[in-house]
Amino acid sequence: MPDTIIQVENLGKLYRVGEIGTGTLSHDINRFWARLRGREDPFSKVGTINDRTKRAEKGEHVWALNDINFEVQQGEVLGIIGKNGAGKSTLLKLLSRVTSPTRGEVRIKGRVASLLEVGTGFHPEMTGRENIYMNGTIMGMRRREVRAKLDDIVDFAGVAKYLDTPAKRYSSGMTVRLGFAIAAFLEPEILIVDEVLAVGDAAFQKKAIGKMQEVSSEGGRTVLFVSHNMSAVQQLCTRALCIENGTLAQIGNVRPTIEYYLKGVNRNIGSREWNFESAPGNDKFKLLKIQVAQDGRSTNTVDINKNIQIKIEYDLSVSGKTVVNGINLYSSQGYCVFANCDWNQRHLNKGTYVRKVEIPAYTLAEGSYSVLFQTIILDPWDVAIHQKEILAFDAIEGQDTNSVRGLYKGPWPGVVRIKLNWSKEVLLSHVQED
Amino acid sequence: MASDKFLEEDRWDLVIQPNKSLLNIPWADIWRYRDLWRMFVKRDVITVYKQTILGPIWYVLQPVLTTLVFMLVFGRIAGLSTDGVPQVLFYLSGITIWNYFSESFTNTSKTFIENAQIFGKVYFPRLILPLAKVSSGLIKFLIQLILFLGFWSYFLIATETIQPNAYVLLTPVYVVLMAGLGLGFGIIFTSLTTKYKDLIFLLQFGVQLLMYATPVIYPLSSVPEKYRPFILANPITSIIEGFKYGFLGVGEFPWEHLMYSVCFTAIILWLGVVIFNRTERSFIDTV
Repeated sequence: MPDTIIQVENLGKLYRVGEIGTGTLSHDINRFWARLRGREDPFSKVGTINDRTKRAEKGEHVWALNDINFEVQQGEVLGIIGKNGAGKSTLLKLLSRVTSPTRGEVRIKGRVASLLEVGTGFHPEMTGRENIYMNGTIMGMRRREVRAKLDDIVDFAGVAKYLDTPAKRYSSGMTVRLGFAIAAFLEPEILIVDEVLAVGDAAFQKKAIGKMQEVSSEGGRTVLFVSHNMSAVQQLCTRALCIENGTLAQIGNVRPTIEYYLKGVNRNIGSREWNFESAPGNDKFKLLKIQVAQDGRSTNTVDINKNIQIKIEYDLSVSGKTVVNGINLYSSQGYCVFANCDWNQRHLNKGTYVRKVEIPAYTLAEGSYSVLFQTIILDPWDVAIHQKEILAFDAIEGQDTNSVRGLYKGPWPGVVRIKLNWSKEVLLSHVQED
Repeated sequence: MASDKFLEEDRWDLVIQPNKSLLNIPWADIWRYRDLWRMFVKRDVITVYKQTILGPIWYVLQPVLTTLVFMLVFGRIAGLSTDGVPQVLFYLSGITIWNYFSESFTNTSKTFIENAQIFGKVYFPRLILPLAKVSSGLIKFLIQLILFLGFWSYFLIATETIQPNAYVLLTPVYVVLMAGLGLGFGIIFTSLTTKYKDLIFLLQFGVQLLMYATPVIYPLSSVPEKYRPFILANPITSIIEGFKYGFLGVGEFPWEHLMYSVCFTAIILWLGVVIFNRTERSFIDTV
């Protein structure tokens, strides 16, 4: 029977949200006074679950994680999935001891090295070699352990030529590769990897996934892998757990967990509206409304064989600015299907604007999509809003003999389902008179 | 049954729990991460060396220039007494040892603010960072001490203005005390600044003001009787006086003053470690 290497029991982490850091001196005195008299903390409203869709009240406490129980066996690659803000990062921070839990306990066998963000602790003035030592010792290794692995690290990262160059001259790709190599080769018993693969190029991603597989299957080491990239999770992990609003929603085999997660993500929102006060944006720009529409109606489910509109309504409170609205469309697997911007709103006067963008019929494949919306105000460059998953919708295929799939009813592959033109190539010898 | 239970718990290398005890200081971890300590010291030295044109020459230039200014302002213009010791030695000795304290203090007092980003990413015993700052400060101090010893040897051989005595041997004690005080105050300050950011401003001129409350530019003997208790309450006073007493043979050196400084340092250091340890746990949640 494999050895249990991580045991998490009733783990919980309470965070104070809303405004922190203003007026704390008076709050602290108040709180201290209350505690002296044996009263409850006057500023706490405990008991709320971590639901980020609601606006946080001032000084409210939220359980970022609550009641988490699970075990990890040696050599497992455990995928950790969940929406943004579900509590994945908090879990990793607790496991890597960056922050301490409010209650519960974690028991760990062996050393934990986390690759939360590549290049943590890299100092720009220090050379690659010095940074390898720096980074390795930050992860709790001894110098001689680092020295023993130095050549492997350098080889894997492909930085041999630049080993004595200050890290500030490294490209971002080199930094990522080096950071990953350090963590992967220093052979901690438990390796925590958080979204690092998103940074490198495709070749590196492949290499990194291969290395992680090797570390776990051959080295018998345990990997905790956090990602929004479901295909990477599927490829790499032997088990997965899904966190939802700070609680453990599902743990088990990878496929059902991913399916569970995807179902949860696609609680579709085809239309959103805000009043001016609560509207997202900044002091210049407020997004008042955004919706997916088809046939003139707002909808959660669109037919891919008809035009799909995304409509926005926003308020601009400055004049003379160039406003660039953009949408990115993400598939349920987490990759971006396309990104698009509206470059034609120059020198706008203040006021309320309605814009519409159309995804032509015969473009999308069936599936679930989410929309990222962003707006940039130019001169100076100012990101007014950048919000992931602002809308989510399902795309299905209605009855249409003109469609890409024609009359075929089976599964149809492809990331997109663009309708292409097939034309007749006429060979001269076959020309027939009609 | 009880022994089974014991074995069961003993298998784990690490148990992460909510921290209840303030005194649960990770000494074992600090020892395990001693190589990181070394790397941080190296980093501090490298950064100074690489980012400035003159590099470590600044270490020498700074006390020399300060001494010149002090000689001009306090010696010539204000005409303050130096207990009959050559002004160069009097000021340089004060500056050398004072600098080590103030450097240790100001450098460690930025621990949390300067390292918030890395603290949010990875665990290591946070106390390593201020310890490394104090250690790298020691290198700077030693360079400045050599400078001082150079001047001192000259005056010792060429003139008869100074009478060093066996109390010179206490110098390592003074160094440890200065490091301890700087570290203790520094980590208390950095812990408080995570919550009350205005304290940073207080710190900047506070250290300067503290220097005037310490016999750096004047001898303790010139302090009017009614202010003496205040100056003596300053734990650094006896250290600087003791340093000058040993090397230059002037000033006063009652053992009870030194004992006071030792106790003061021990308390500040203990308090600092406890507060720092407490802050370290919640810091990432409050920034």
